[in-house]
Amino acid sequence: MLRFILTKLLYLIPTMLGITLVAFGFIRLLPGDPVLLMAGERGVSAERYAQIAAQLGYDKPIWQQYLHYLGNLLQGDLGNSLVTKKPVLAEFLTLFPATVELGLVAIIIATVIGVPVGVIAAIKRGSWFDQISMTGALVGFSMPIFWWGLLLIIFFSGILQWTPVSGRISLMYFFPPVTGFMLIDSLISGQAGAFTSALSHLILPSVVLATIPLAVIARQTRSAMLEVMGEDYVRTARAKGLSPRRVIGVHALRNAMIPVITTIGLQIGVLLAGAILTETIFSWPGIGKWMIDSISRRDYPVVQSGLLLIAAIVMIVNLIVDLTYGLINPRIRHK
Amino acid sequence: MSFFSTRFLAASALALVAATPLSAKTFVYCSEGSPEGFDPAPYTAGTTFDASGHAVYNRLVQFKPGTTEIEPALAESWDVSEDGLTYTFHLRKGVKFHSNDKFTPSRDFNADDVIFTFERQASADNPWHEYISGITYEYYSSMEMDKLIKSIEKVDDNTVKFTLNHPEAPFLANVAMPFVSIVSKEYADTLEKAGTREDLNNAPIGTGPFKFVAYQKDAVIRYQKNADYWGEAPKIDDLVFAITPDASVRLQKLKAGECHLMPYPAPADIADIKADPNLKLDEQAGLNVGYLAYNTTVAPFDKPEVRKALNMAIDKKALVDAVYQGDAEIAKNPIPPTMWGYNDAIEADKYDPEAAKAALEAAGVKDLSMEVWAMPVQRPYMPNARRAAELIQSDFAKVGVKVDIVSYEWGEYLKKSMEPGRKGAVILGWTGDNGDPDNFLSVLLSCAAAQDGGANRAFWCNQEFSDVIAKAKATSDHDERVKLYEEAQVIFKKDEPWATLAHSTQYVPMRKEVTGFVQSPLGDYTFENVDLTE
Repeated sequence: MLRFILTKLLYLIPTMLGITLVAFGFIRLLPGDPVLLMAGERGVSAERYAQIAAQLGYDKPIWQQYLHYLGNLLQGDLGNSLVTKKPVLAEFLTLFPATVELGLVAIIIATVIGVPVGVIAAIKRGSWFDQISMTGALVGFSMPIFWWGLLLIIFFSGILQWTPVSGRISLMYFFPPVTGFMLIDSLISGQAGAFTSALSHLILPSVVLATIPLAVIARQTRSAMLEVMGEDYVRTARAKGLSPRRVIGVHALRNAMIPVITTIGLQIGVLLAGAILTETIFSWPGIGKWMIDSISRRDYPVVQSGLLLIAAIVMIVNLIVDLTYGLINPRIRHK
Repeated sequence: MSFFSTRFLAASALALVAATPLSAKTFVYCSEGSPEGFDPAPYTAGTTFDASGHAVYNRLVQFKPGTTEIEPALAESWDVSEDGLTYTFHLRKGVKFHSNDKFTPSRDFNADDVIFTFERQASADNPWHEYISGITYEYYSSMEMDKLIKSIEKVDDNTVKFTLNHPEAPFLANVAMPFVSIVSKEYADTLEKAGTREDLNNAPIGTGPFKFVAYQKDAVIRYQKNADYWGEAPKIDDLVFAITPDASVRLQKLKAGECHLMPYPAPADIADIKADPNLKLDEQAGLNVGYLAYNTTVAPFDKPEVRKALNMAIDKKALVDAVYQGDAEIAKNPIPPTMWGYNDAIEADKYDPEAAKAALEAAGVKDLSMEVWAMPVQRPYMPNARRAAELIQSDFAKVGVKVDIVSYEWGEYLKKSMEPGRKGAVILGWTGDNGDPDNFLSVLLSCAAAQDGGANRAFWCNQEFSDVIAKAKATSDHDERVKLYEEAQVIFKKDEPWATLAHSTQYVPMRKEVTGFVQSPLGDYTFENVDLTE
C-alpha cells in the first residue's frame, strides 16, 4: 500500500513539471501583457515599457525566465502578484479555504441527493420518478451557471427574502479568520448567530455549484445500478431469497459505486471550473474569482503558480479517490 | 423551503438581538472590485483610490465635493511665484495621523511627511522607492511629475516649497490626485525599524476621514470614523466596503438592504431602479468622452473634408440610444460640457447622409473601404463598442463606404492602435483624471502625444492647436486659460481628427435613507459627508 502511494507520488513529479511548462506558456501565449494593461488608454513609451519589463525580468529570453521560475519554485518561492505585489502562496492560502468550504458543501449536496436519486431511478426504471428525475438531471447539467445563480438570488433573496444575496457572513459579525472556514470560524468566535449566518450564506452558492455535479452523479449512479442489477450475481442473490434491501444495498450498490466514485472524483475539476462563475456571482472570496481576475490582467506569476497549486490539489484528490477504490472493491485492493 | 426560512428568520432575528452590533451608524458600500493595495502611490485603479486615497488619506489640496475646483486640504494656503515656477504651500497645523495597534504618532503632520510622500516616488535612491519588490509609480511618471518637479524644500515645519522646471498650471490639480496622498514619515520609520515595511501597503495610516480597520481579501474592507479629523468629522461611525463584482448582484444587495450605495449599475437596470420606492438614483454627466479616431496620416483620412463628411454620416442620436441606452449626451467637442473651458458655441456635426455622400464625391473618394476598430472591453465612456461599430458600419454603408469591423485583445488593441501607419479608425475614449482640460487635450491630441508612448490615436499633429494648449498649460491666469482652450476646440472642430461620439451619464443608485452623498465628476466614491436618516 505504502509502495503504491509512493509510486503514485513519484508520478506526480513529471506531471507537475509538465504543468509548470503549460501554465507558464499558456498565459504568455495569450495576446496582451501586464505592462500594456496597466498603462491602459494612456499608453506607455517604448523606453518606459523596457524599464518596467526589465524590472519584472520580462526582458530576458523566455527559456531563461522559465528556468528562473523553476529555480524559484524549487526554493519554495511561487513569485509575487504583479497587481497586488503580494506573494502568490499567501494569497492562495487566504482564499483557498473559502473555495474548499463551498466545494465541500456542494459535493456533499450533490452526493447525498444524487446517489439516492440515481438508485431509486434505476430500481424504478421507467416510472414517473425515473423520468422526472432524469429530465431534471439533463436540465441541471445544461444549466448556464451564471443565469441560474442570478435567478436563485432574485427569487430567494430578492422576492422571498429567505437568504442573503451574497458574501460569506453578515457584515455585523467581525472576527479574525482562524481556519479560513467560515462555518468553523463562526463557531470558534462564540458570537451568537454567527454560525447560522454563515450557513445561510452558503445555501445558494453551494446549491448553484452542486447543480452540475448533482446531475452527473445522479445519471451515473442510475446507469451503473442498471448495469449491475443485470449481473448474474445479483440474480443469484435474489434467487437465494435475500431481501430486496440486501440485494440492492450490498450486492448491487456496492459494485455500482465504483464508477460513481470515479465520477465524484472527477467532479472536483468540474467544481473548480464552476467555482469561477459561482464565486463571481455570489461575491465569494475564493480562488476561482482570483484566477479569472489574474488571467484578465495577465498577472503571470499568479496564473502560473495558481494553476500549479490547483493542479497539485486535483491530483492529490484523484490519488485519494484511487485509494478509496480499494476500500470499496476488494478485487483491486492494493497490496 | 418554508422550514428553512422560518428557522433562518428566527435565527437571524435572534442574532440581531444577541450579537455585539457594530456602532450605531454603519454605512455599507457595495464596491465593484478589490483594491490592489492600500498605498495609493503605486496603483492606478479607481477602486484602489476609493479604498485608500479617498477614505484614509488627504492631499495637499483637494477637489471641492462635486466639482473639479481646487480647495485647501492639508495645505491651508499656497503662493505661486510670478514666473509660475515656485509653489509654496503653508501646511495646516494640528493635523493628527491615525493610530493602530502597532503605531501611535508622536507628532502632528508636518513638512517631512510631504517631502517623504514625493521623494519616495521621485527618487530611485530613496530607500522606500522599491519597498515592495516590483513596485513602480505609474501615475507619478505618467503625469510627468518626475520631469516637472525640480526640487522640494522644507522651509520650516509648516512650509514646503516646490520648484518646477517649467511653469505648469495643472500642477495644483495634479497634487490633488490620490497618487500623492500624504503618508506619515514617522509611520514609515517605525515600520522600517520593525522590519515590516510592507505594512505601509497593508495597514495604511493617513490623516483622512476614516481609519483603516481590516481587509479580508476580495470580501470586506472595514473602516472606522476618524474622531480627530481636521475637517468636519464623518457623520457615520463605521464604513464598510462589501466587495461585489457583479452589477446585477450589487443591485439585489441594494434592494435587500445589504448595502446603502453602489457604483456602476448595469444600463439595463436603470429603469428598474427608478421604479423602486426604496431606492433613489443620482445622475450626473460624466467627465469622459467616447470617440472614433481616424488616422490623419493615412489617405484619404488625411483630408479634413473626408473626415468631416464621414462624421456627417454617423447618426449619433441612434448611437447614443442603442449603445448608451440613451444615457449619454451627444459629443461635439473633445472635452465634456461639465468641464471648465468647454466651448458651447461650437456647432455640432449635422447628421446628413446625402450631404456626406456629396462631400465624399467632391473630395474624390470612391469605393472607400476601411476598418473600424471595436474595443473588446466595456468602459463607462463606451459600454458596447461592438454595437457602436456595427451602427457606424451601417451608417457608412449608406454613403457608399464599406466597413470591416476588427477587434483585438485589450492590451494588443491599445498597442496596435498606437502603431504609426495604422489602418482604419479606432473607437476609444477617456475619463478625466483631474478635471483639467489639459488632461484631455494634451494627452489625446497634442503633437507630442502622437509620438511613441502617447495616446493621440488620430496621429493628429496640428502645430497651432499644440501651441495654444501649451500656452494654456503654462499660464496660471484662469480666464486666460479658458479662452485658450475655447480656441483650441475651434481648431479641433476645423480639422475634426475624431468623430466625437458621446459623453456618458454616471449613475449612482442608493437607498432612500442615504443623505449627503455628492457625486464626483471624476468618478470617485467618498463618504465623509454621507449620513443615514431613519
